[in-house]
Amino acid sequence: MSLDKSTLKRVAYLARIKIDNSEIDKMTEELNNIMKWVEKLNEVDIEDVQPMTGVSSMTLREREDKVTDGGLEDKILSNAPEKIDGSFTVPKVIE
Amino acid sequence: MTKITDLGVIETLEGLKSKEFSSEEVVSEYLKLIQSDSKLNAYIHFNGEKSLLEAKKSDQRRANNNSLPLDGLPIAVKDIFCVAGEKTSACSKILENFIPDYESTVTSKLWQAGGIYIGKTSMDEFAMGSSNETSYFGEVINPWSSDGDALVPGGSSGGSASAVAAKMAPIALGTDTGGSIRQPASFCGAVGIKPTYGRCSRWGIIAFASSLDQAGPITRSVKDSAVILQNMAGFDTMDSTSADIKVPDFINSCSKPIKGMKIGIPEEYRLDGLANDVQNVWESGIKWLKEAGAEIIDVTLPHTKYALPTYYIVAPAEASANLARYDGVKYGYRSENIKDLEDMYSQTRAEGFGAEVKRRILIGTYVLSAGYYDAYYLRAQKVRTKIVEDFTMAFNKCDAILTPTTPTGAFKIGEKNIDPVTMYMNDVFTVPASLAGLPAISIPSGLDAKGCPLGLQLIGKGFDEETIFSIGSILEESANFKNI
Repeated sequence: MSLDKSTLKRVAYLARIKIDNSEIDKMTEELNNIMKWVEKLNEVDIEDVQPMTGVSSMTLREREDKVTDGGLEDKILSNAPEKIDGSFTVPKVIE
Repeated sequence: MTKITDLGVIETLEGLKSKEFSSEEVVSEYLKLIQSDSKLNAYIHFNGEKSLLEAKKSDQRRANNNSLPLDGLPIAVKDIFCVAGEKTSACSKILENFIPDYESTVTSKLWQAGGIYIGKTSMDEFAMGSSNETSYFGEVINPWSSDGDALVPGGSSGGSASAVAAKMAPIALGTDTGGSIRQPASFCGAVGIKPTYGRCSRWGIIAFASSLDQAGPITRSVKDSAVILQNMAGFDTMDSTSADIKVPDFINSCSKPIKGMKIGIPEEYRLDGLANDVQNVWESGIKWLKEAGAEIIDVTLPHTKYALPTYYIVAPAEASANLARYDGVKYGYRSENIKDLEDMYSQTRAEGFGAEVKRRILIGTYVLSAGYYDAYYLRAQKVRTKIVEDFTMAFNKCDAILTPTTPTGAFKIGEKNIDPVTMYMNDVFTVPASLAGLPAISIPSGLDAKGCPLGLQLIGKGFDEETIFSIGSILEESANFKNI
């Protein structure tokens, strides 16, 4: 499977990273080299092997369903690039 | 006369205890070094006022006979740990001005034990790199560099390893996802341990690959690492994969005999073309452990060669999800050059992330995307299972595994930047233990052909850091490695 330029553009859109046209050739080549290298994994027999998401075998803990904090509006907004009246603000989305 | 800044963790704590010097004096000495550093670029931020204030409080506690286990000890912190009120950026432009309002669990435990924050150390951007060259704040220099031949400190915890090796901190915190504590420790001639996954809380550490990330100390001796790990490990409800397992006495395990222990040597780590200097240090390590009464046995880890490709699917996949939060809305950088909301996201991320971070987000997005998930991500997760099974089988026969930490010593700045895969090969010996979540320590054990440090890695069973501390202490004593 090779990663072509149109796939790269699609993936960049999914990842919300703008890519300059001048970067596309080099990036496609770099990513393709990496993807070719990982294809070595096709040699491994994975029939009947369970996939693992992580090494911890414990079950997720539960806790009582109650509010443990709150009232942190100022702290949460303290690093916001733009804020108005206790809200994050973004460019207008509705005409 | 020995300078205060020549002292390691235990020596500094002894000096403070015997009132040979005060914490204020120790902290002042380190701050002078940090302020005047024009060579290494190991630190990116410090807050002298805060550090000195905390040092005075510590001295007061000692005067009142109320001292804590690490009271007055300066601790440098990799820029990936949130320290309340201090800029925390993971060395990325996208978080350049981020000031967390909260403290990571690990740093919080260390401050509660009396440790003093001394500054933030540089790292590869979002811990993605093996040379510290991807830091937004510039390259860090390995203190073992000779004039006109600047070497990398390794990465991603390169600033921490460089600072500790250059005696600009008695201890620095690191994090390790695929080798980011062990590889820079090896390159700089320091001790670095990645504990078992789940041993230290990940809460408040900027996430890279959540199924792999672990925090650990970088120090100049094995026992110093044991003292620090003792104080940073432990169960935390804020991290869903934190292990509710009692933390054993690591300090005590540093002086236990290893007679009769079985040490596995994996044949798969004898790579074709493994450099002679690395091979020789490995052979010396085997000899030292034999002399100390350990039994050396051959073990096999057949899927070793698949570990790196597996890692370069699993880690970018997790990173692409973790780094989706940097969108210019809630915190961090926002591009000014925007037309609409969609543009704000993609332009902010294009300007805010460096080349290697973008590369990994794109790979991660690709392997998780419709049509490619089974072929790449699911397959990698299954191969990961095989890699873990290899270790389980090997540990039925041995107590710990001895390997080189890195395939070479430190390289020159710019030398391995040419293509990503060449850079990735640096982690060939460290990534397998990461995928299996096992504890692993790098001990400086010899020199390469250029006269720069080489480390040996000991991999232990899950939640058995004690054994690698015991064996590591023997390696350390036998190697008799001389710091700069």
